[in-house]
Amino acid sequence: MNVVVCAKQIPDPAAPGELDPNTKTLKREGKLILDDSDAYGVEMGLQLADKAGGGEVTLVSMAPHDEVSGLRTALAMGAAKAILISDDALQGSDSLATAKVLAAAIKRAEPDLVLTATESTDGYTGLLPAQLAELLGWPSITFAKHIEVTDGKAKVQRQTEEGYDEVEAPLPAIVSVTAGVVEPRYPSFKGIMAAKNKPVDQVTVADLGLSADDVGWKGARQEITDVVPAEERKAGEIVEDEGDAHERIVQFLEQLKVI
Amino acid sequence: MQLDLTPEQEDFRKVVRDFAEREIAPYTEEWDRTHTFPVDTVLAMGELGLFGLPFPEEYGGSGADFTTLCLAIEELARVDSSMAITLEAGVGLGANPVFRFGTEEQRQRWLPDLCAGRALGAFGLTEPHGGSDAGATATRATLDGDEWVIDGSKAFITNSGTPITSIITVTAASGPGEISAIVVPAGTPGLVVEPPYRKMGWHASDTHGLVFDGCRVPAENLLGERGQGFRNFLAILDDGRVAIAALAVGLAQACLEQSIAYAKERKAFGGPIGRYQGVAFKCADLAVGVENARALTYKAAWLKDEGRPFKQAAAMAKLYATELAVTATREATQIFGGYGFIDETPVARFYRDAKILEIGEGTSEVQRLVISRELGLPVET
Repeated sequence: MNVVVCAKQIPDPAAPGELDPNTKTLKREGKLILDDSDAYGVEMGLQLADKAGGGEVTLVSMAPHDEVSGLRTALAMGAAKAILISDDALQGSDSLATAKVLAAAIKRAEPDLVLTATESTDGYTGLLPAQLAELLGWPSITFAKHIEVTDGKAKVQRQTEEGYDEVEAPLPAIVSVTAGVVEPRYPSFKGIMAAKNKPVDQVTVADLGLSADDVGWKGARQEITDVVPAEERKAGEIVEDEGDAHERIVQFLEQLKVI
Repeated sequence: MQLDLTPEQEDFRKVVRDFAEREIAPYTEEWDRTHTFPVDTVLAMGELGLFGLPFPEEYGGSGADFTTLCLAIEELARVDSSMAITLEAGVGLGANPVFRFGTEEQRQRWLPDLCAGRALGAFGLTEPHGGSDAGATATRATLDGDEWVIDGSKAFITNSGTPITSIITVTAASGPGEISAIVVPAGTPGLVVEPPYRKMGWHASDTHGLVFDGCRVPAENLLGERGQGFRNFLAILDDGRVAIAALAVGLAQACLEQSIAYAKERKAFGGPIGRYQGVAFKCADLAVGVENARALTYKAAWLKDEGRPFKQAAAMAKLYATELAVTATREATQIFGGYGFIDETPVARFYRDAKILEIGEGTSEVQRLVISRELGLPVET
């Protein structure tokens, strides 16, 4: 079974990020790393291909400056190859434009299954999985906490607030996975060395048959009008226990209408 | 001149750091307090390929160079010296003698499990009355038909009593003026693994005294040529010294990081204590020391990887890095003040873990002796 995993390469969340004051988007100048939330999809893909007794994992990624650092991490985990779309024309792409580009690249790989994270750690839109499904005309299942593939179908336990739904869809399908779906492996040294020589197919917007007008700033249908810093957390109220602390906490929770 | 690691080495360093921070750091305090050897974590280190790093792929290794092994040891030691020494001893003293001096059959038999970290090997050299006088082996091995009969005792043997210990290589007098190395599988009748030591530090590392009482193993368990046991041991010692230096670098690095963080966060007299030169300069000195120790260590590792002589470089790295580690833990504890004396902070554990580094794999005095001799001085032992 061939699985495509959408792998985003993002600025290291451990380093302080910076916004471009003009475009109000995140600066992506330095080295990018594999989004942690995509490591779950990579691991799931590897396990599904392994269970199916054949097939491989192909990564699809869109990143500036021919960036492959994050892809190398996923290749070191065991993915077989990658398609990287890197093109100056992509600068400013919103999530729909990104979905158009990724969908075109995914078609090239002719997968049985596409795995994505539920959302990226830098952008957090969470829109991409459903957009991809719509563009490709394939079924979409979101928030998977467990995936099984049998008889040409993806059987998924879909995380809900109360528990999970059991749903299934014929392949090919797009499934977004939560951080609970599998525990990603650590790349081994052998894996890291092998990743050096795994193929990364670098393509441009034109290579995918798309027009530069459909992507980037030109193709974006959304505009970031303003960015404001998150409100600082206010100091909490400290309840000193003078024998009645539990009553005051219950009162407080009742006020909030949480009990 | 090129002083960068390769991109692959950098990537792997980051993997080991992530592993150490996620799989080891949350538990070190408990392991230290309860003197627990965490078998599952050691097996996970095996799955990561750490125990097979410098060995060829045909035996289940990764074919990495020695420098890469040192990086892994350094990163583990930055979080937990016990796990770092478990790796160092497993590779350097457990698997390495089998790889260096074993026959093809011996390699095929023992190395795959050792490389995968499914099993641990130990090396029984030091004796209760031997210490640095490692040539004065009182343990005897007598050939009786097609079996070696081993009698004697060994002291301070790392990884010798874990649930996954598979083999212990023992040096023993096999004749007048003749020392041989013999592999004793764990569980062999006549091999008594004594209860664990009550150690000052390295609480999660497995260390025992061993007694051999008429312990019989097949003649074919002789490792290397008969009578070459001591010379072979000396050959692997230089590797071990560089690896211990790497462990010391990791520990000192941890002290530096903890000290800086605490000096920024801890407030006294109306501001962070790091604004005082008395604290800031300690951090500055630590940073210089760590840089020096790392440079000496990786220079020695590089010389070994290049196939050049590195005996003196290994002794210098071991001497400097381990003494720096002891200084670093002392200074970090000082910066932490009273909290540095409490086991809730990692620096108290660091302080207890550091001292052994100036002793194991050749004391500081032995390193100075080696360096002096390399300088051409006619030093007496």
